[in-house]
Amino acid sequence: MAKVVYAVGDDISTDVIYPGRFMATVLPTETPQFAFADDAVFNNQLKNRQIPPGSVIAAGKNFGCGSSREQAVSTLKGHELIIVARSVARIFMQNAVNLGLRLIVVPDLEASLGDEIECEEDRVVNRTSGRNFATERLPSARQAIVDAGGLIPYTRKRLVERSASPR
Amino acid sequence: MGMTVVEKILARATGQRSVKAGDVLEPRVDLAMSHENAALVINQFLEIYKGTGLEPKVWDASRVAIIFDHRVPAESSKTATNQKKVREFVARHMISKFHDIRGDRGGICHQILPESGYVRPGHVVVGTDSHTTSHGALGAFAFGIGATEMASVWTLGFAVNVEVPATIKVNVTGDFLPMVGPKDLILHLIGTLSAQGANFRVIEFHGPTIARMSTSGRLVICNMSVEAGATSGIVPADAETVHYLREEAGVRDLIDVVLPDADAAYERTVSIDVSQLPPQIACPHTVDNVKPIDQVAGKKIQQVVIGSCTNGRLDDIAAAAAMVRGKSVASGTRMLVFPASGRIYQRALDQGYIADLVRAGAVVMNPGCGPCLGVHEGALGDGEVALSTTNRNFKGRMGNPTAEVFLCSPAVAAASAVAGEITDPRKGA
Ligand code: SF4
Repeated sequence: MAKVVYAVGDDISTDVIYPGRFMATVLPTETPQFAFADDAVFNNQLKNRQIPPGSVIAAGKNFGCGSSREQAVSTLKGHELIIVARSVARIFMQNAVNLGLRLIVVPDLEASLGDEIECEEDRVVNRTSGRNFATERLPSARQAIVDAGGLIPYTRKRLVERSASPR
Repeated sequence: MGMTVVEKILARATGQRSVKAGDVLEPRVDLAMSHENAALVINQFLEIYKGTGLEPKVWDASRVAIIFDHRVPAESSKTATNQKKVREFVARHMISKFHDIRGDRGGICHQILPESGYVRPGHVVVGTDSHTTSHGALGAFAFGIGATEMASVWTLGFAVNVEVPATIKVNVTGDFLPMVGPKDLILHLIGTLSAQGANFRVIEFHGPTIARMSTSGRLVICNMSVEAGATSGIVPADAETVHYLREEAGVRDLIDVVLPDADAAYERTVSIDVSQLPPQIACPHTVDNVKPIDQVAGKKIQQVVIGSCTNGRLDDIAAAAAMVRGKSVASGTRMLVFPASGRIYQRALDQGYIADLVRAGAVVMNPGCGPCLGVHEGALGDGEVALSTTNRNFKGRMGNPTAEVFLCSPAVAAASAVAGEITDPRKGA
């Protein structure tokens, strides 16, 4: 069971998740401090560790639209947040898969701040409202990267295989 | 069933006779572009090699491009140090398509790549920047990726796990009214499709209006295709593409054009007649919040920005200069101009455009991204309103979440700078 600690609408851009002025900070170990930096209240809750790992951000459509900045994913991953969204922009989704940020696409999602959510295999259950919502499966090619633990270990494996059997 | 242009490009890049939307492929990459975020790519690249006992090696240094543009000259010591690390990596790995902070061959990545002849029709181009879609203007399949995915491309030479996107065909007819052009077309299209209407899709542009459009205009529409969520925009290469590559980019070798089949399978077709289209404005805080200019005219503005990878080319600067020549930027309004590349800056100087702009009160800055992403010069004050020829108006985009950003064409921006409020350039400033 996880709590919705932040609820947002449609078209939340990576400029909102990780404002451009902090982009000189690149290392995944350093980006978590700037998550949703323009929302001082939520940013402070995160920084002061008032948000337990495994908490949920509930979002509308097109979450993570805009810039390809990977900081927008590493900043959320750093707090071990789970993103449950009606839909997600392509590059953000790919970056999430690559870095191992947990992302669940739920086209009909209805969830509000404070709701208790259960994330199961094929559905998300909102315990507060008592309603169930079907999740969209990741395409199998993306699942392979998730299963490998992210794109770095996945590519490392491919690299080692290739150097073992030069073409 | 035939193939769309992107399906054909991906079939070639994987050595297959045919591919279709939904297939998952690993296409070889012709060009892999990064900007300052190469600092993160390098970090992830070295991470991949950790524990393998192998020497980190970029698969093909001649296919990697790195262009400094987002924060040039560096705005902080942190950025300067990141840039220094990238320079060291570039030297060690002998990356030749490197554009440092220079007045002659520096500039914004999405201008440097086309004008240097790095992108060709039929290429697969990846870039750690969402506006990599721009390069579809030259008939390439070009899309944005994250830094870790780029590190994977540097290692392997191909992109893993690429789903062939479905394609939306956009057919454009009619002649633009005076003072209306490609920027108004793409804003109108984004307003029609919505900010997510083309998510996971390619937009393929066709029709007589596109056939007559310059490569500069095609770069505008492909650049902003991502604002409808598109993986890429693309204009199938034609005589104009070849002309641009020969005359502007200095390409001498064979140009191999890839075209869609006549019976290609499109997900849907959108038709637009531009002959009555008025200037368009994207209002805060989403790019698809698009209105015809008469609905926002009169709005007071404190800052006008002309530039970016969308509208910082010579024709854009010429349009702005013509609008302000012999006039003066309104008091209470700041006008900032940043040419997209050193080459464009020099031509604008030679043509006298820079003098026209400066005499009218504009501040002309060095080539680069400038205020577009809110990190550098030209940040906005609390509650201020900006009118900009850039491509994004998200909350906080120009460095201040309480400010508002409206997007428009260079003609609208320049006429409005003189008036101090959003103004239809056809009414005369
Ligand atoms: S000009 Fe703006 S949109 Fe274009 S590459 Fe630079 S920051 Fe990105």
